[in-house]
Parts: sequence; structure tokens; C-alpha cells
Amino acid sequence: MKNLKMSIAAMLLLAVSFTNAQEKEKMNHDHGDMKMDHSKMMNKNSDAKAEAILSDYFNLKDALVADDTKKAAQAGTKLVASLKAFDMGSYTKEQQKELADIIEDATEHAEHISESAIDHQREHFKTLSKDITDMVAITGTKSTLYEQFCPMYDKGSAWLSTSNEVRNPYYGSKMLKCGKVQKTIQ
Amino acid sequence: MKIVKIIAIILLVAFVGIQFIPTTRNQSDTVPSTDFMLVNNVPETIQKKLQVSCYDCHSNNTQYPWYNKIQPVAWFLEDHIKEGKAELNFNEWDSLSSRRKASKLRSIIKQIENGEMPLDSYTLIHSEATFTEAEAEELINFITQLKDSL
Repeated sequence: MKNLKMSIAAMLLLAVSFTNAQEKEKMNHDHGDMKMDHSKMMNKNSDAKAEAILSDYFNLKDALVADDTKKAAQAGTKLVASLKAFDMGSYTKEQQKELADIIEDATEHAEHISESAIDHQREHFKTLSKDITDMVAITGTKSTLYEQFCPMYDKGSAWLSTSNEVRNPYYGSKMLKCGKVQKTIQ
Repeated sequence: MKIVKIIAIILLVAFVGIQFIPTTRNQSDTVPSTDFMLVNNVPETIQKKLQVSCYDCHSNNTQYPWYNKIQPVAWFLEDHIKEGKAELNFNEWDSLSSRRKASKLRSIIKQIENGEMPLDSYTLIHSEATFTEAEAEELINFITQLKDSL
């Protein structure tokens, strides 16, 4: 009997430490998965990668305009991937330094957006918008963009859009048309 | 009855057993020159508050409670500290770029404003870590100033 007790106890111990180790491993895997995808964007033109980032950013913006947390989170995850895939090879050293900084910051905001509720997503979207605007100032873009501005959200907040019609991502349906175009980027 | 006894023994043995699984402790004797308090002119009241309310999880040095020695508490704390430091490490403040600093400061303001930090699981035991309204306002004003001066 004593023997039996001992062996059961030993097995349980093993099981406990095992599950713990496995859980840790699983967590690591989850993180890895998030950063994949996007192989279809891999062409030689580095500009195309900036365009891919922009396209994910606009999907995110549209999701916030539509008050759709889930879609915004998905767009955030995609944005993390396209930011990671960005290739700075063709830029000057100084630009690379600036871009690396922008990408690091933007990635953090995109990560938070991928796992937060809508209020939080919007908070991070504000800083993300600044990052993406600064990125475009360096990379340029093939399309015409409109920098729009809402004076009400958090003491004034800007975002980018491909249309000059205002659709407010910070308030969504609550104040869809609040804001104005403050700059055209070509 | 016998089965209850066996289960009790198993649980006891498991509890004792997990005590032997090691955890990393977040402790350091030195404060690096990049520390938030060293590079910014932080008023003393705010310094104290940050130390008590934030530094346990957002720096390289945790003031551990006695029960940290007991599993599974130690695992829980280890995870939180790891996550906290990844988000923001006050000790390494000055190694961040202006853009990153501005981002972090904005997040600090939002977290305090929304009462999301310090975590409830932390203030439950460290009641002194809670921010009164006046303390929150003082900190937010200071952080806002700092952000605008970047």
C-alpha cells in the first residue's frame, strides 16, 4: 500500500511539472503564429511593403469606423505581420534608423490593438496613426492620402484615409463625420 | 473514506513537490544610469509613488512579499513581472527613443486615467499602491508635462 501511494504521488508530481512546461511552450508557439502570414507580399520592391502596411492600416481604420472590434483586432494582427516584413534595405542609414524606430513603435501599438477592447484600440490607433504618417513621409506612397483631424478625441487626433470624405475612426457611428481634412499627401 | 485520504495525500505531496521547481527572481543591487528617476527631474512625492505602485513589476528590482517563496504564487508573480517589464521597464527608460518615450508616457497616462494600473491583483495585497484621485492627478500632470517636453 505504501508503495502504491508513493508511486501515485510521484506520477502526480511529474504530471504537474509537465503541464507547466507544456503550457509555456504553447504560449511561445502562439506568439510565433501571429507573425507569419504575408508571404504573398514578398516581392523585391521595398515600396510594395510599405503599401502592404498602409493597406492593413486602412483595413484597421475602416474596422474602427464601423465600430467592429473583432475586425480591428484581426487587422491589427495582420499589421504586425506586414510591419515585420518591411525591408529597409533601400533607404539611407539615417532613414533606416528612423524607420526602425517607427516600426518598433507601430508594432507595439498593432499588437495591443490585436488583443484589446475598442476603446483601447482607438487609443493605440492614435499613436499608430502618427507612426504611419511619419513612415509615409519617408517611404512615399503611390496613392493620394488625406490626413484628417478630429479636434474632439483626446485633445485632437489625426488619422490617414484614402478618401477625402471624413469617416471618424475614433468615434465610429457616434460621430461618424466629425473632423476635417487637414493635409493632402501625394 | 480511504479514497479521500489518498487524494489528500496526493495533493499534499504535489504541493510540497512543486516547491522544488525553481523560478527566476527579479532582483538587482544597482540602478542603471538610464533609470526614469535619474534622467528626469521627478518630484519626491511622485518618486515614492512610482516606487511603491509601479517599480515592483516595471523595473529590475522587485520587493518580494514573503509568500513569494511559495508555489504556485511564485509562478504567478514571475509571469506578471516578466510581462510588466516587457511593456515598460523604468530602469531602462533612457535607452528608448523620443518616439518610444512619448508612446509609453501616453500609455501611462491612459492606464492611470482608466484605473487599469496598478492591477487589482496587486493592490489587493499592496493597498498602499492604489492611487487617490489627487495622486493620480499629480502624476498625470507630471507625465503630461514630460511628454510635451520631449
